[in-house]
Formats: sequence, structure tokens, C-alpha cells
Amino acid sequence: MKKIYDVVVIGAGPAGLSAAIEAKKSGAGDVLIIERNNEPGGILLQCIHNGFGSVIFKKDLPGPAYAWNFIEQARSLNVEMVFDTMVVDITGGRKIYASNSVEGFIELDAKAIVLAMGCRERTRAQIMAPGDRPAGVFTAGMVQRLVNIEGYMPGKNFVILGSGDIGMIMARRLTLEGAKVIKIIELLPYLTGLRRNYVQCLQDFGIPLELSTTIKRITGKKRVEAVETVGVDETLTPIAGTERVIACDSLILSVGLVPENELSRKAGVVLDPLTLGPVVDETMATNVPGIFAAGNVVTIYDLVDYVSMAGATAGISAAKFAAGAPVSPPAFTLTPGDGVRTVMPQKITGLSGPDASVLVELRASREFAGRVSVNILEDENIVYSHVEKYARPAEMITLKINWNETAKKLSNNKSGLKVNIAKI
Amino acid sequence: MRTNYDVIIIGSGIVGSLTARYLSAYDINILVVEKESDVGMNTSSANSAIIHSGYDPAPNTLKAAMNSLGNRLWHTLAPELGIAFKESGSYVVAIGAGELPVLRGLYERGIANSIPGLKIINKAEFLTREPLINPDVSGALWAPTAAVIDPFGAVLAAAENAVVNGAEYLFETEFTGFISGGDKITGIKTTRGDFSCKWVVNSAGIHSGEIAKKAGTRKDFIITPRKGSYLVFDPVKLSINNVLFPVPTDKGKGTLVSTTTHGNVMIGPNNEPCENMDDSATTRAGVEEVLKGAKKLVPSIDQKNVIAMYAGIRASGNAGRDFVIDIPVEIKGLVNLCGIESPGFASAPAIALKVVELLKSAGFELKEKPGWIPVRKPAPHLHTLSLKERAELTAKNPAYGRIVCRCEEITEGEIIDAMRSPVPARTYDGIKRRTWLGTGRCQGSFDMPRVIQIMAREMGIPETEVTKKGGGSEIVFRKTKEVPAR
Ligand SMILES: Cc1cc2nc3c(=O)[nH]c(=O)nc-3n(C[C@H](O)[C@H](O)[C@H](O)COP(=O)(O)OP(=O)(O)OC[C@H]3O[C@@H](n4cnc5c(N)ncnc54)[C@H](O)[C@@H]3O)c2cc1C
Ligand SMILES: Cc1cc2nc3c(=O)[nH]c(=O)nc-3n(C[C@H](O)[C@H](O)[C@H](O)COP(=O)(O)OP(=O)(O)OC[C@H]3O[C@@H](n4cnc5c(N)ncnc54)[C@H](O)[C@@H]3O)c2cc1C
Repeated sequence: MKKIYDVVVIGAGPAGLSAAIEAKKSGAGDVLIIERNNEPGGILLQCIHNGFGSVIFKKDLPGPAYAWNFIEQARSLNVEMVFDTMVVDITGGRKIYASNSVEGFIELDAKAIVLAMGCRERTRAQIMAPGDRPAGVFTAGMVQRLVNIEGYMPGKNFVILGSGDIGMIMARRLTLEGAKVIKIIELLPYLTGLRRNYVQCLQDFGIPLELSTTIKRITGKKRVEAVETVGVDETLTPIAGTERVIACDSLILSVGLVPENELSRKAGVVLDPLTLGPVVDETMATNVPGIFAAGNVVTIYDLVDYVSMAGATAGISAAKFAAGAPVSPPAFTLTPGDGVRTVMPQKITGLSGPDASVLVELRASREFAGRVSVNILEDENIVYSHVEKYARPAEMITLKINWNETAKKLSNNKSGLKVNIAKI
Repeated sequence: MRTNYDVIIIGSGIVGSLTARYLSAYDINILVVEKESDVGMNTSSANSAIIHSGYDPAPNTLKAAMNSLGNRLWHTLAPELGIAFKESGSYVVAIGAGELPVLRGLYERGIANSIPGLKIINKAEFLTREPLINPDVSGALWAPTAAVIDPFGAVLAAAENAVVNGAEYLFETEFTGFISGGDKITGIKTTRGDFSCKWVVNSAGIHSGEIAKKAGTRKDFIITPRKGSYLVFDPVKLSINNVLFPVPTDKGKGTLVSTTTHGNVMIGPNNEPCENMDDSATTRAGVEEVLKGAKKLVPSIDQKNVIAMYAGIRASGNAGRDFVIDIPVEIKGLVNLCGIESPGFASAPAIALKVVELLKSAGFELKEKPGWIPVRKPAPHLHTLSLKERAELTAKNPAYGRIVCRCEEITEGEIIDAMRSPVPARTYDGIKRRTWLGTGRCQGSFDMPRVIQIMAREMGIPETEVTKKGGGSEIVFRKTKEVPAR
């Protein structure tokens, strides 16, 4: 390892791999990826189901196959990668501290940094699941790793809390491995994962889904013996009398992902309280000069293809910064309006790329059953509009905007723009 | 296996383990039997962790005497045994003018108990000491000698020091009855066979009442367990460096907001009935009660930032009753330590020394052992070291460079240390309690698969035999692609 790099990428998941590849292609000399796992690929390595690459490759690939394309490219471009190495600190001055068992404690400098640390799972305490504290309560991602990578079965009879994608995918996977998945329960009155996963993972395997239900208590001194479920009303308050005890030996929590931003915080990167990731502009620049971010560390994505695209943008921007290109300050802010829960990027410079193409990723704040228009507004004035067949919190909406076109419609010289979703 | 000891201690909580530690200074054989898979798994690791200054117990009780002496002892014992200990002091905070007079009463009780340094401070000053406090605060009682301890770390330190000095521990070994000859106890029966001894120390926490009764003593002593729940917060999201009690009510000390030695904020306990003696399950109602209680002191507390919750069981029902620390008259060879409820942790060193004294005065010959080692050096925690110290340690042992737990930055080297210590960790929870691994915001969802591998390798067992907290709590049960056993 060298002492100084043009671009250092933290995390070798799809976001980090694309960032490194594009940084190299844009002329960065020394590019390093630091990864704490013992191989590249990030979360994709444990996603052995198919469903990856529909946008970029027009193919339905399993996670590792999708990752492989990028790993090969990074290798052939001589991107340097270190594994089993964890970054423990970064500073606003772009010093990086990492630790591994070969070099020991590592200190290096980067002209530009790309944060691509991905996300972590929400846990039992965050959803306040009370009761005993036995073995047999797992998060979905942990079970996915145990089963798909380590090759171990963590139980026989499962109840899954949370209808997110990972939970549904694991319901199918565990069934295929000979376990019994008794049911999936979901607090909200709607499915929180993709409909396609509901059909392929639950319906096809006859696994029941119970909406508006939560865990009242977990019982079992040593290993889970049962969970008690309870129905909830529209305000998510438990309804007395709807309790039911389900005997099982495992409870899987699939209750959401949270961007992993401890390092970002240490470097002084400003986070968005809604996405829980860094506030970025369309070049994926954070507020700290020379620090860029992409992927699940910024906002939780559904489709890996868009993660790779964001990674590529971050890599190009990082290479430019490392080469001394001037920083363009953001000219606009994008904030969620009616019907929208999160928007990324939160800022726009309006200056990037020849076609000034801007990818905006957003999530609805509620279910819209019929056609909707997704609009960007300057006060009441719609400067961009896009039609979707429906909008659900579970499915991210991606807008591909030609900013030159949109900018022409801006009249009031306002810098604060809103994004809303409206029924048509 | 040896079956003959001078002293057998039932229970490896703070009381039993400190008793073993102080007794290990003498030339005797000591055995501690513990029904759980590790030391201190019950009340001693689920409590408020406050080394109370001693203003609270009624004057002229054993509780008052043990608490104030225990507090003094902890201030030197904690550094001697390498226990995380924060000399934070504590506050009782009055909210609204109505609560202010209570502080005066507590202050006076403290003076009667000879507690040093007590002071009532006014609203303006307190606001500068704890900016997050409820703005309706009217004053606070400052007790500078109170401290915060790492409770499990303290039990472990006492146990390790006892073992280094020759004491033995047997885990997953439950006391089931006494063996007696005439008017004297001569041994105990356990789930791992019989052991003979000259003395038995009954320090079985919530079960100490039943055990006293089995010996035909303390027939009137009934423990009605009541549990108290706690919530722990993500240190990044909430930071309070004080120990804040509400004013006490007739129900107890109330829900406190406290710092832990690890830098988290912890709130709790409430006070609710248990379904049975060992019921330490948290309940929704209990958790809500704790949140409500804590918000009285710090209104900005947000349940979104909770990273862990648990409950501890009080050995109560003897409310208003004093600690039992005595050699009963009905039978020889027994020391009863019953009803050691709060401030039991603060009092534990004093209780242990009292046991030594009682044994001596009963004529048991205790000869000081040459070469007794009173000091224990804890294993290193890398994330608490400077970058330079980390680099040095890692150069010596590369396993200190491999980080296994990402939130708390615990390394493989620390896990191996825990598994090779004088009281080795043999379960996932054992490693967790020793290293703090898996106690951060991801609560082990990242590290667990890796730790299972390291444990299997270190113990020379298959992954399927690795447990969370002893037999019956296995984490994985077969390899994939193996035919399920029907
Ligand atoms: C179970 C599951 C199923 C999915 N199914 C699909 C699907 O069917 N189709 C689809 O398109 N998408 C799917 N996705 C989404 C997609 O996989 C993710 O959006 C994508 O992998 C995120 O990429 P990333 O690079 O941001 O993060 P990750 O892939 O998580 O990579 C982050 C990397 O950073 C490393 N890292 C973190 N912190 C540090 C540090 N301090 N030091 C060193 N390294 C560090 C991590 O080890 C990791 O390798 C799924 C996701 C999951 C979890
Ligand atoms: C909610 C709560 C908050 C508290 N807060 C504080 C505080 O802030 N400060 C303070 O000073 N005190 C506090 N206390 C009190 C303090 O925690 C206890 O007094 C102390 O931990 C008691 O220690 P112990 O060793 O007697 O009991 P325990 O820690 O319960 O140890 C007894 C041991 O005996 C074992 N055992 C039982 N039966 C058998 C058997 N048949 N065979 C073998 N082993 C057996 C048990 O498994 C256990 O490990 C609190 C208590 C509670 C419940």
C-alpha cells in the first residue's frame, strides 16, 4: 500500500467498485479500495437469488454474477484492493485510518474519498420487541449470510417480522433448505417490499402474510420457544384481544436498513435526517470538499443498477477533484413535498456533464393506487413532470432529468425546489 | 475432579465472586457453584450500576453500614481489579417546587449516615451541569462519592482474581440440597454431583431465600421477585454524562437517567411483578413506563435511538427489611447472604469482608496465603487506546488488527483474550459481556457469523455446538444441504 492515493474508496460493494472503475477511467492514477470483508462484492455476495442487472445488463442475474462483471473490470484496470481491512476513522482533511492483521494500523492520505460503506439492519431494540432474550432472534441479513455464505441453518420453524425484500427472499430460501416458515407478519397495512418478491417468494411457496400485526413478546429462556403476535389499528396501536401465540424456534427481523454513516460523521459530513445518509448534490459530492458518497450509504436503494450508476458518478467526480478541478457550489436544493418521504440528491449544481443529466431517487410517503405525476416545483410552478403507474413507499422512483431543459423553465430565480407526487 | 473443599460459595454474582476473591487471600480451598453458563448472569449484570454514596438507606441498618463502607472500598478496589469505574457523583433531581423539600430530607439522612460531600445545588447551577434536564428543575442533591461501574466487568474481575489466587468455579452446576451430619452442614448436592466442605456461603441472589430454608433457617424469609427494565441508547444520538435520579417515592428510587462506563446513556428501571422467580422478560408496558419516567427528567429522550433493552430481577418482598448477613444459629457451617437488593452492588465489597470476619469469629482458621495477588490487569480494549498504542499492540499480535465487530470495533485478538482468560468466555454472550462486542447499534447482526467461527476454532467444537448462553441456546443447528433429522 502507498502512503497517498488520488482516490480512496471505502467499501467494495457495487457502489465502491463502480466508483473505483470510473475514477480510473477518468484518469485518476492511484485508486485504492479498502474493504473489511475478505473479498469484493459487498452485500451482493450473499444475494444468491436472481433479480440483479435488469437496467444495466438487461439481464436477470444473481447477485454474485452481477458483482463479478465489476470486480473483473476493476482488476483489469489495476484498481488496488485491500481486504480484511476496516477503516476506523477519516478526517475532513482526508486522512484515513484503517486496521488489519497484516499491516496492523494503517494511516494514509487521499486527494479524494468516496464513501461506499453500504448499510446495516435495524435490530430488535429499535422496533421495541419485548420479552425474553434467547438465542434464535436474527436479522434477515444475518440469516442470509449464515445460510448462503457460511452454510448453516439457524433454525427449523421461523416467523418473520417485516415484509421487506430481504425477509421475503429469506422466507423462500429457508423453505428451499427444508425449514418451515410459518408466516410473515407486517406492522404496516401494506407490503413493504417489492410486489414481484411477494409473488415469487411467498405466494409461490404458500407462505402466509399477515398485515397490521406486530410482535407483542418473545418467549424462551435459552432458545426462542414462541412469539406472541398482536394486531394493530390504523395508528399502529396494538388491539387488545387479538393476541396469538405461535410456537417457533426462530424469529427473523426484516425491519429496515439504515445507511452506515459513523465514518461520514467523523469526517464532518452533513447527514439528511430523512435518508439518514449524506446530503449530496448530483455529482455525489458531500459538504466536505473532496469527499463523495454513493450507494446505500447515501439512501437505501431497491435496485443495484442505480447504485452502480451513482457509484460511477461519484468516481468521476472524485477523479476530477483529485486532479484539481474547481468545485462547483450547489445552486438549488431539492426537498420532499406532498406525498414524498425522501429525495436524493438534496442539492443540485446544474453544471455536471454535457447533457447535464441528473438522476433523482425518491420514495413516496404513502400508497398511491392509480397513476400519479411526480413533479419538481418552483413555488407552484411545475418545472419537471413525470408519470408513474402508481407510487408506493416500498418502490423507489428514479427520475432521469435533463437539467438544461428543466433549468429553462425556472423563472423566479428561486433556489429552493420541491418534489411532490400528485394523483392524476 | 476435586470434591472436597473448605468453602463452597453458591452463586457467582457480585456478592459470591467478591467473597471468593477476599477469601482467596487465605490458605483454603474455595469452590463457587453457578447454575448459569457464566459468572454474574443474573441480577449482578442487569441493574442500575450505581455505586450509591449511601444517603438512602435508613440510618443504623446493615444496608446503611454496608453501603457507605462498600462505596469507600470500591474507590480503591475498582482500580486494583482493573474495573471500568466512573467517579461521576450522582444527583437527585427535583422537578417543580413541590419536590424540593424531599431533597432536604435525603440530605439529612445522608448526614446521619456520615456520607461525605453532600450538597443541595440550585436550579441555575444545575442547568449548567446538565443542559438536557427538564427546564422545570427546581434543585438537586449532589452526592460526589457516587460512581458508575461496569457491573459485569466487576463480577468478572472479582472472579478472575479469585481464580488466579486458586479459587475454582463450576458453571452449569446447580445447588440442589445440603448434606448434613448432626447439627452441621458437611456438603452440598448439585446437578454435577456431591461436594463436601466445612462452610457454605449462600449468595444465590433471588434464590437465597429458598436455599436458606433448605437448611432449616430463615423460615420467615420470602422473596417476591419484581423486575426492572432498562433501555440503552446509541451514544452518537444521546449524550449525558451525569447520574440523574428522580426524587424517590414509596415505590422506590424511581426511573433514573444515567451514563454507563461505556459512554452510553441508560434509563430505567421500572418496578413490575414477575410471572415466576426467573422471569426477566421485558414487556411493552414496562418499556413505556421507563420511557415516560425518564422523560420526566430529560424530555428530549427519543425511543428511536434505543439500541438495547433488558430487565433485572430485584430480590424484593423484604422491602423495608434489612440485608441478612449472618451465621444462623439453627445449623453450623452456613453463612446466609439473603435479600441483598439495592444497594447490594455498592455494598458487595463490605459484605464480602463481613463474611471473612464472620468466619473468623466462628472459629474457622484463616491463615494468610503468601504470594496472594490482589491486583488484576484487564485485557486491552483496542478502541479505548490511542492510535499509537493500537499500532504497537497490533504489531505484536496481528489478531488485534482484525476487526470483527464493526460498531464497537472489537478485534479478533480481544475475542481470543476473552476465551483464554482465567474465567474463559465459553458462550457468545460471554464474549459479548467481556469485550462489548455486539453491543453497539447493529447488536451483533454483523459479527455473529464470524464470532461463531472463531469460537468453534478456539474451543475445538463444531459450529453447531456454539451457544449464546449455555446448553440449549445453540445458534445454528445443521449445515445446509444436510438432510434434516426428523
Ligand atoms: C437481501 C438483499 C436483497 C437484494 N435484492 C436485490 C435485487 O433482487 N435486485 C437488485 O437490483 N438489488 C437488490 N438489492 C439491493 C442491492 O444489493 C444494494 O442496493 C447494493 O448492493 C448496495 O450496494 P453498496 O455498494 O451501496 O453497499 P454494499 O453492497 O453493502 O457494500 C458496502 C461495502 O462496504 C464495506 N464497508 C463498510 N464499512 C466499511 C469500513 N469501515 N471499512 C471497510 N469496508 C467497509 C462493506 O463490507 C461492504 O462490502 C438487495 C439487497 C439486499 C440486502
Ligand atoms: C433493577 C435493579 C437495579 C439495581 N440497581 C442497583 C444499583 O444501582 N446499585 C446497587 O448497589 N445495587 C443495585 N441493585 C442491586 C444489585 O444488583 C444486587 O444487590 C446485586 O447484584 C446482588 O448480587 P448477588 O450476587 O447477591 O446476586 P446475583 O447477581 O443474582 O447472583 C446470584 C447468583 O446465584 C446463582 N444461583 C442462584 N441459585 C442457584 C443455585 N441453586 N445453584 C447455583 N447457583 C445459583 C444465580 O444464577 C446468580 O448468578 C439493583 C437491582 C435491581 C434488580
